[in-house]
Amino acid sequence: MIKRLLMGLGLFAILLSWQARAELVIEITGGSEAALPIAVVPFGYEGFVPQEDISAIVKNDLERSGRFAPLPQKDLISTPHEKREINFKDWRLLRSEGLLVGKVSSLDGQTYEVQFQLFDVYKAQQLVGRRYKVPAASLRSVAHKIADQVYQALTGEKGVFSTRLAFVSVLKKTDGTRHYALQISDSDGAKPRTVLQSKQAILSPNWSPEGERLSYVSFEKGKAEIFIQEMRSGQRTSLASFKGLNSAPSWSPDGRKLAMTLSKSGNPEIYVMDIATRTLTRVTHSSQAIDTEAVWMPNGSELVFTSDRGGRPQIYKVSATGGRAERLTFEGRYNASPDISPDGRYLTMVHGFNGKFYIAVQDLESGAVNVLTERGKDESPSFAPNGHLILYATEQNGKGILAAVSVDGSFHQRLGETGIDVREPAWSPIRQ
Amino acid sequence: MKLVKLSSVAFALVWLSGCNTLGLNSDDGLMDGEDGVVVEDRGVSAEGLDGDGINGTAIGDGAETQVIVGEDGYTGTDLDDPTNALSNRVVYFEYDSSAVREQDQLTLEAHAAYLADNPTARVRLEGHTDQRGSREYNLALGERRALAIRQILMIQGASANQFQLISFGEERPQSEGDGEVNWQNNRRVELVYTGR
Repeated sequence: MIKRLLMGLGLFAILLSWQARAELVIEITGGSEAALPIAVVPFGYEGFVPQEDISAIVKNDLERSGRFAPLPQKDLISTPHEKREINFKDWRLLRSEGLLVGKVSSLDGQTYEVQFQLFDVYKAQQLVGRRYKVPAASLRSVAHKIADQVYQALTGEKGVFSTRLAFVSVLKKTDGTRHYALQISDSDGAKPRTVLQSKQAILSPNWSPEGERLSYVSFEKGKAEIFIQEMRSGQRTSLASFKGLNSAPSWSPDGRKLAMTLSKSGNPEIYVMDIATRTLTRVTHSSQAIDTEAVWMPNGSELVFTSDRGGRPQIYKVSATGGRAERLTFEGRYNASPDISPDGRYLTMVHGFNGKFYIAVQDLESGAVNVLTERGKDESPSFAPNGHLILYATEQNGKGILAAVSVDGSFHQRLGETGIDVREPAWSPIRQ
Repeated sequence: MKLVKLSSVAFALVWLSGCNTLGLNSDDGLMDGEDGVVVEDRGVSAEGLDGDGINGTAIGDGAETQVIVGEDGYTGTDLDDPTNALSNRVVYFEYDSSAVREQDQLTLEAHAAYLADNPTARVRLEGHTDQRGSREYNLALGERRALAIRQILMIQGASANQFQLISFGEERPQSEGDGEVNWQNNRRVELVYTGR
């Protein structure tokens, strides 16, 4: 047992070192003018000082949401940690409506008490406040929860800082072989952990609606097959390994079905599989065209997918039980990789013209198309679960990196990584 | 041996992660005080380490061509003859197209004739695309290219049971980097003989 444990620890250390190197670093590359000013006062400490700087994590979360512009620390007129230390009259001199204060205390360095209070400076009222008692390992999670509550209190929308990202990292060895890792990180790119490693390609991770399972495509058996994997136990199941392609899995909003692309008929077609019974329903019947990349409309009864039935790849919509497909995109010669905003209003896609590929958003009500990116090597767009940001893959200096843009195109950020190619991002849902 | 070692490591990892897993968090029943901070929220979860590290198995590239040249010139089979059209095992495509080009017709005729003459011969058609655009669409496009080659070979006498089709989409480029030269190299179907 001890031997096994040591061996486990050895590999654990190797994984940790790969992960430490793989940490995503966030860089905001374009600000939003509509961002709300907010004062985030560095939290006070009593007893042991934790490794995680909670107020800094909260501040970074709020800033990279694109909705907030935290005031520079030098502008903060004092450093209160609770209400009785706040002189609201002074704070009203700053433009900021929101004031976040808090403190962290620990008697033993193992368990921490964290409390925060968010105030409306003009009304001198608390908007939200909580105290948490957590082990040291959960301090980052607490920081993200605080950021979620601040976000919700001031914008009226749910924060997504406690969600996670899934993505694929590719390490190219000097002998030319590639090592693929399916990784999960916090929404800020921190704490990446590997949930699957393979010498063959891994593609198209997709979260289940409750955020506890991933479906993805793995080439581990030599060709594209679909797997699902439980995040907590690591247990994985081969779901589709039919002759031909098994790819582009997408979970239905009720979590019971998976839309997928199968070419067992001799041509790539969209199918819906009932996960419990493995029963397949064929959705498309275009014997010559490519039909792939189906995603669900939030109503759970329609699918949006890519097809070249009109000669070039464009986005279509069809009932999940089959029938006549309706074409949604008409601008540009190449539209692929659709994703739908949680409210069903917006379609994001890879939009190609003049040999370049951008992330675009189409308002499904008005039909207006807005191209959001400029570099032209962008792919795999995925909506944040609150619909405000779109996460996508792009390239910088020949390396794959992740980036995000606000739906209105005003706010840009890069999640750069050092040395390792990252691609195929998928933003998890908000866990209930 | 390697496999055994890996699985026990995977087990140890799962075991370790199990130990680290904390209870799930919940905000249930918590309320915000009007003024002071009154609510305690215990056990915010850090989710445990997820999953184990399963390593995929590599598949070989199949039959490599071995060129055998004797003193008096070539003595092997047609398939091994470097001067035979059969030695050409890669067919290239235009952007977003699976149409076979004029210049590849002779190559494909030779392969079709070989397959027709050698019913036990088996070939794997590996479809590839360049790295631009959607990975999933490219996976389907790679398959369509492989299907296009199979169709031509079958029209010219090869049998359906002689083929295995795989698409790698853009995942296995022949040339890295940008530019039409690299992209052209990557838009291809490779014919890999797995039986003669």
